Amino acid sequence: MTRAKRVGVLAIQGDFEAHAAALARAGAEAVLVRRAKELDGCDALVLPGGESTTIAKGMERLALYEPVQEFARSGKPVLGTCAGAILLAARVENHPVRSLGLIDVTAVRNAYGTQVDSFVAPVDRGGAPALDGLRCVFIRAPRLRDPGPGVEVLARVDGAPVLIRQGPCWAATFHPELTDDARVHALVLSGV
Amino acid sequence: MSQHTKGSGSNGSGADRVGAQAFELKVGLAEMLKGGVIMDVTTPEQAKIAEDAGACAVMALERVPADIRKEGGVARMSPVEVIEQIQKQVSIPVMAKVRIGHLLEARVLEALGVDFIDESEVLTPADDEHHVWKHDFKSPFVCGARNLGEALRRIGEGAAMIRTKGEAGSGNIVEAVRHLRSVCGEIRRLTATAPEELPTRAKELQAPVDLVRFVAEKGRLPVPNFAAGGIATPADAALCRALGAEAVFVGSGIFKSADPSARARAIVRACTHWDDPREVLEASRGLGKAMEGIEMATLAESERLANRGW
Repeated sequence: MTRAKRVGVLAIQGDFEAHAAALARAGAEAVLVRRAKELDGCDALVLPGGESTTIAKGMERLALYEPVQEFARSGKPVLGTCAGAILLAARVENHPVRSLGLIDVTAVRNAYGTQVDSFVAPVDRGGAPALDGLRCVFIRAPRLRDPGPGVEVLARVDGAPVLIRQGPCWAATFHPELTDDARVHALVLSGV
Repeated sequence: MSQHTKGSGSNGSGADRVGAQAFELKVGLAEMLKGGVIMDVTTPEQAKIAEDAGACAVMALERVPADIRKEGGVARMSPVEVIEQIQKQVSIPVMAKVRIGHLLEARVLEALGVDFIDESEVLTPADDEHHVWKHDFKSPFVCGARNLGEALRRIGEGAAMIRTKGEAGSGNIVEAVRHLRSVCGEIRRLTATAPEELPTRAKELQAPVDLVRFVAEKGRLPVPNFAAGGIATPADAALCRALGAEAVFVGSGIFKSADPSARARAIVRACTHWDDPREVLEASRGLGKAMEGIEMATLAESERLANRGW
């Protein structure tokens, strides 16, 4: 019998409880992570939505940058949604924050506008078949630009990349944790 | 803010698309603020201090509640120029307050592209019977509540976030604790109520029956539940989290203290680590003097802001 996958969710600030619930829907066990040693025993890690400046300052205070980079370099999956996607990017524009630099892409913060510009839209046709018809919730979302050659684009909305992957690291500019559709979480965990 | 047209609200067109007026998007932003600290600011400089300290949002207002209390007069929405300067200054969400029932102040904030509107008892009410019908707006609203019935009435009108009223500008946590205990206690009692008794409970609570049924089934509000009103120390913030608040608002407590920047950072830290007393201890060191507080017994009923709202 295989044990349930243990997935850490960074719980400094943001919708980490929503991710824990989404992980449960995908059949995984979620553990809230605030300290580097809590990464031990995790098979994967989620960087949730929230405010990237707030989360980045918390990660700095808790000295989490290197341990999370180490975690990803060991090949374990890391999923970042919205603020988490910004933190994974190599480059951040429009009020930069310190990022982990784990995906060769530029994240432009608040690129669609303020909350009155938030929206829900389906993924474009022709992306990863496993994500066909996925409904994406964008909240003060960033845009991903200039993905490097090692980056795979798995889903687009209006032609813009919204879910990308480089090695074990996955970045979504939308919030799969806010819908009942567990396909993104399941896809990330399929590599564990 | 520099790279887009603000407040265009243009992403909601086309088939299969949903725009910002959708309740799920409003609640979605409230979800993103969980675990964080929303700080009252009156100037762009204060907004920067708040952002640098790790605030997850700022609340723009003309005067902090402690000054409104001291100076008196009619308290209104902030001047629009101040809100615009704050929006330019920070990248975190910018909230602003409108007077209870003042749907035109709310329309102005929506046109400014403000991220969250607080229909607040801290300002002088514009309507002494009705609140804004909040479903009609693209901007999400947060409203204050002292008990479950009040919270559910506001959610019925379209509020996407509830906060306790506490007693703003008092530096005294007792009212926020009272309101949190009341809301969370009534939720717990509803979960143990038989389905056929819910319509009568709804009548007693003066709340929509469908929302009462939701709370009874899920054991929580349909929107995030935050605390506000009287938070002055890191331990106050941690106390609110321990009693069930998912995030906190701090008003006068930061910029009326001796060292706003240090206190702001400390409250952010205590809010993240509310269940780890050693962290709250470390957060409580070296902060200098907290704001002056007010003992509730010295406030006349007419001076209590929490009594505003219907």
